[in-house]
Amino acid sequence: TAPSIKSSNNQRIEKILIANRGEIACRIIKTAKRLGIRTVAVYSDADRDSLHVKSADEAFRIGPPPARLSYLNASAIIEAANRSGSQAIHPGYGFLSESADFAQLCEDEGLSFIGPPASAIRDMGDKSASKRIMGAAGVPLVPGYHGDEQDIDFMKLEADKIGYPILIKPTHGGGGKGMRIVQSPNEFADSFLGAQREAAASFGISTILLEKYITKPRHIEVQIFGDKQGNIIHLYERDCSVQRRHQKIIEEAPAPNVSSDFRSHLGQAAVSAAKAVNYHSAGTVEFIVDTVSGQFYFMEMNTRLQVEHPVTEMIVGQDLVEWQIRVANGEPLPLTQSEVPFSGHAFEARIYAENVPKGFLPATGVLHRYCPVTVTSTVRVETGVVEGDAVSMHYDPMIAKLVVWGQDRLAALIKMKDCLSKFQVAGLPTNIDFLIKLASHRAFQNGEVETHFIERYKDDLFIDGANSISAQEAESAAKHAASIVAACICQKELATLRDKAPGGLHLWYGNPPFRVHHFAKRKVDLEWENQYNNSGSDLLTVSITYLPDGKYLVETGESNSPGLEIQVTQLSNNDYRVEVNGLSLNVCLAAYSKDQIEHIHIWQGNCQHHFKQRMGLEICDDDETIDKPARVATSFPSGTVVAPMAGLLVKVLVKDGEKVQEGQPLLVLEAMKMEHVVKAPSNGYVRGLEVKVGQSVQDGVKLLAIKVSPLF
Amino acid sequence: ECSISRRIYPGSFISTRNSSMGILPDTLDRSSESYSRNSRVMDGLVSQLHSHIRKVMEGGGAEAVKRHRSRDKLLPRERIERLIDPGSSFLELSQLAGHELYQESLPSGGIIIGIGTIHGRLCMLVANDPTVKGGSYFPITVKKHLRAQEIAAQCNLPCIYLVDSGGAFLPKQAEVFPDKENFGRVFYNQAVMSSEGIPQIALVLGSCTAGGAYIPAMADESVMVKGNGTIFLAGPPLVKAATGEEVSAEDLGGATVHCKTSGVSDYFAHDELHALAIGRNIVKNLHMAGGPEASGQTRADYKEPLYDVKELRTIAPTDLKQPFDVRSIIARIVDGSEFDEFKKLYGTTLVTGFGRICGQPVGILGNNGILFNESAQKGAHFIELCAQRNIPLIFLQNITGFMVGSKSEASGIAKAGAKMVMAVSCAKVPKITVVIGGSFGAGNYAMCGRAYSPNFMFFWPNARISVMGGPQAAGVLAQVEKATKKKKGIQWAKEEEEKFKAEVVEAYDREGSPYYATARLWDDGIIDPADTRKILSLCISASLNRGPETTKFGVFRM
Repeated sequence: TAPSIKSSNNQRIEKILIANRGEIACRIIKTAKRLGIRTVAVYSDADRDSLHVKSADEAFRIGPPPARLSYLNASAIIEAANRSGSQAIHPGYGFLSESADFAQLCEDEGLSFIGPPASAIRDMGDKSASKRIMGAAGVPLVPGYHGDEQDIDFMKLEADKIGYPILIKPTHGGGGKGMRIVQSPNEFADSFLGAQREAAASFGISTILLEKYITKPRHIEVQIFGDKQGNIIHLYERDCSVQRRHQKIIEEAPAPNVSSDFRSHLGQAAVSAAKAVNYHSAGTVEFIVDTVSGQFYFMEMNTRLQVEHPVTEMIVGQDLVEWQIRVANGEPLPLTQSEVPFSGHAFEARIYAENVPKGFLPATGVLHRYCPVTVTSTVRVETGVVEGDAVSMHYDPMIAKLVVWGQDRLAALIKMKDCLSKFQVAGLPTNIDFLIKLASHRAFQNGEVETHFIERYKDDLFIDGANSISAQEAESAAKHAASIVAACICQKELATLRDKAPGGLHLWYGNPPFRVHHFAKRKVDLEWENQYNNSGSDLLTVSITYLPDGKYLVETGESNSPGLEIQVTQLSNNDYRVEVNGLSLNVCLAAYSKDQIEHIHIWQGNCQHHFKQRMGLEICDDDETIDKPARVATSFPSGTVVAPMAGLLVKVLVKDGEKVQEGQPLLVLEAMKMEHVVKAPSNGYVRGLEVKVGQSVQDGVKLLAIKVSPLF
Repeated sequence: ECSISRRIYPGSFISTRNSSMGILPDTLDRSSESYSRNSRVMDGLVSQLHSHIRKVMEGGGAEAVKRHRSRDKLLPRERIERLIDPGSSFLELSQLAGHELYQESLPSGGIIIGIGTIHGRLCMLVANDPTVKGGSYFPITVKKHLRAQEIAAQCNLPCIYLVDSGGAFLPKQAEVFPDKENFGRVFYNQAVMSSEGIPQIALVLGSCTAGGAYIPAMADESVMVKGNGTIFLAGPPLVKAATGEEVSAEDLGGATVHCKTSGVSDYFAHDELHALAIGRNIVKNLHMAGGPEASGQTRADYKEPLYDVKELRTIAPTDLKQPFDVRSIIARIVDGSEFDEFKKLYGTTLVTGFGRICGQPVGILGNNGILFNESAQKGAHFIELCAQRNIPLIFLQNITGFMVGSKSEASGIAKAGAKMVMAVSCAKVPKITVVIGGSFGAGNYAMCGRAYSPNFMFFWPNARISVMGGPQAAGVLAQVEKATKKKKGIQWAKEEEEKFKAEVVEAYDREGSPYYATARLWDDGIIDPADTRKILSLCISASLNRGPETTKFGVFRM
């Protein structure tokens, strides 16, 4: 067994256990390695082969996939720390990072908890208590009710007092889980009960608080840092206003369109907040800024290193994880407030596995293609996955954080858009296209950010099926991409066949393929998921003529276009140089097969397309004489209700045979601790309901059907 | 003729020590009158050829194609495209079979044949064209089907039959059914090839009635498409007439019956694409020995000829009386225009030598005039040489015949010719013949005409074939006729004699046309001279699919 070296006052940390997974675990390991500190990873069975496990010097299994049995299993983690001889535990963010009990347990076990004191976590963890403390310290607060009395009628009266719209929020937890906005008194009861249930499921405590809802708010937070000597400084602010499902997707530092006066006021308020709880290590004080009045109010304090900390690191040129370790060692902060550098502008875009058109529902799947942009001194990619890894339903669906720095905001923005368009992910739906749209939006470019940004500009950001002009543009872009894809497929296929050809048979795979007295032609069918087409995918039939000079004449069946002459040079396995009617460009193709479908992704210029090809015609192992309805397995008879995402069934609200109305809630699914209500698609009777509470379902599986008749 | 003064030609650094000794010079005089005349005439011939091809590519016409497509069927050439490796070459043969042969037009003879690769394995594909007379077998259809089987047997190629045919064309049953080389031979060939380990695979994509039913039944493996594919000895109307039983085609001989109950077929396909996919899969699972990898002579890296192959169109003699050097053709066919001549100074009217075509070694024989005693002996010698070394032979035929006359006879030209014919007949190496000009008389035999079973034989559009030239034949026939008339005491008027001669010349002209020849399958197709190198390379590759064999010659008359 490893020698147990417990930290004493002058003993420095030599080995850290990271009680987390994914990109943050990898991020912490990177700094630790740079400092010569050895690292210990912990993992659940789902993460046995993941990047954070491979990156660490040692790794310990701590339990099965569900977080409560592994990454939330404090005693297993402490045991791993002790067995590995670690002197410290870094909790990352999420999981146990804001558990005062865990911080306390570490200290009790003689392990250094790399984070704030347990007391500060406790003070700030209870949102009602934190507001009392902040109020006493003179930090401005949003009007609201933060009391213990939780009776629904009483709460409703309090809500009436504050005035609508109001915000309902669990006192514990974060990340927007359980939050509800109530526009009018008659919606209060439903929202209140839902928030309570979600809070109980997520945090085990169902206490709720009420607050005035600010209609055009910005979310600005201040990074603060304290040492054990009582010094507390701030490292400027971040604007995290752009959110979906109450979760941030693009963050930036510094906040755009704020005066330096406002900035220093905000910084001072944050430092006061931290001082009020004798804070040390990294923390974030979140403020809500009312853009109408210019007032800012304390919202909450996050007593941990945050997801978006890299944007601050980029503008101050510091490594906050290193600071955390030094503070945990008992060293004083390396800089005083006036010494903190401040340079340029940084953005962070969070790349998620999610289904944007389905309301940003979390997605799961395998990263068949994963090729992030090249890292430079101004471009960071924080990630915990590699190509071939799976994004499972057990944990957060974030794939990576793209962090860019520029001399000023626009320079950084240009770089971010470029990086996003080159960030290659295939195998599951992501929000990359959405992030590009967001970053390209005029209002975003002007820095007109606020928390309702996505809702306000939804017409620009989401596909509008009724917009025939953009539908046409999308279709012609898809056809253009399909043409290039088809030409590249032909080129690659030929090269592969020629290389494999035995003996003299390579002659039969020349380019162009020989025909007696005519040109070889072929058709390539590509299915394109047309988001303007409600019935799903369009079949693009691309016809290719092999021209004598090795070029391809590609036609997509448009009578008014003469077809494209495409020349393809394959540069590497995935990269091609393509010349289309004289215009030369680099494209990247990635292909993988899943469920008898060949998926082909193409990245060219600043757009990405995804096509599908049916395959597996040669495989047929069932009774072949029985008529098969269709080879497309995805289509169900009308009225079938399928799972919109992979998740746990937490509630079944109807019974088989029951009569339901269109829009009536049928089931409640939970994934990534987020509830999703499955509603009836039409009026009718519930049929074939066989799923049960507690059951895990996969994305796209049949849950039940709604039929017009109650009879079978 | 001194090697020290050899010119160095552009495009190649010649080291006499390392590379081939014989880079052929560019002797083409592009400013000559014959150059421009030849290119003008040949352009006309090639575009005429292309227009004939375009016509047959349409199959049985728009109406029939539409009806065919309405049954969820692909056209035969589309079926082949889906069956061969994507983007690979396909060597279609005898596209103009049946050309102006019958009263009714019969594009491509109603059947498409050719060689292509499936999963890297060369195969012979035979596809009925049901848009042409319902895919029924005319005499030429049978002949073309048998020719495909002959090539397959000769080159050891698995046969894939894409069956969609109404069977024998009944009005011509006397020319289709009874003889040795008639319909029955198709099944005989299937049986024999199967016994030799050459796979026989049938994809039943349409009807397969009466005798046609034996194509899948005789196959090693067969696939049937649900709905479209039917196999029965007698169709529903005949069954009703014979037994009174009323039954649908699908229930009588559909895919379900034959895959599930009768066992006549092995694989059930949901649609045509599925059937073609299964067909590809069957080939994937063939485990055949040998193949071209065994030959080991082919080089993957080879040089293109130094001179433009398109110029073959202008070199081709459009006036057969005009002499030209066959080396200028060889220079545009062989790799790097490198040709090492054998016996260059002896029997100069026949050019013989070694070269490579797309990396594949070949021995080439090309006519440069009439065959004399010496040239014939040289030819026999060269063929023996290639047979000994397993080098495929290419015959570039442009021959008016052997030298005639007393001097020639006395020198034993018949003996010399017989030696060459003996050598050609017995040499067990792949032989490919291209008629680049005239093909007359015994020259046709010595230069591996159709009767000598070359693996492949093609005509250029300018070619002519007959036992002798039209005017010569007219002269001979007129003399005979005159003698007959004289015996009967009839005086033959001068103008009548001229008319008689003109008719003979006209008939020889018509019957000597490459279209007349290709329509009757005296060859495997008319090719564009510019495609010669490419087609030869594919033919050699296909021929090498059968491993080397030992040659045993007969008795040479010495």
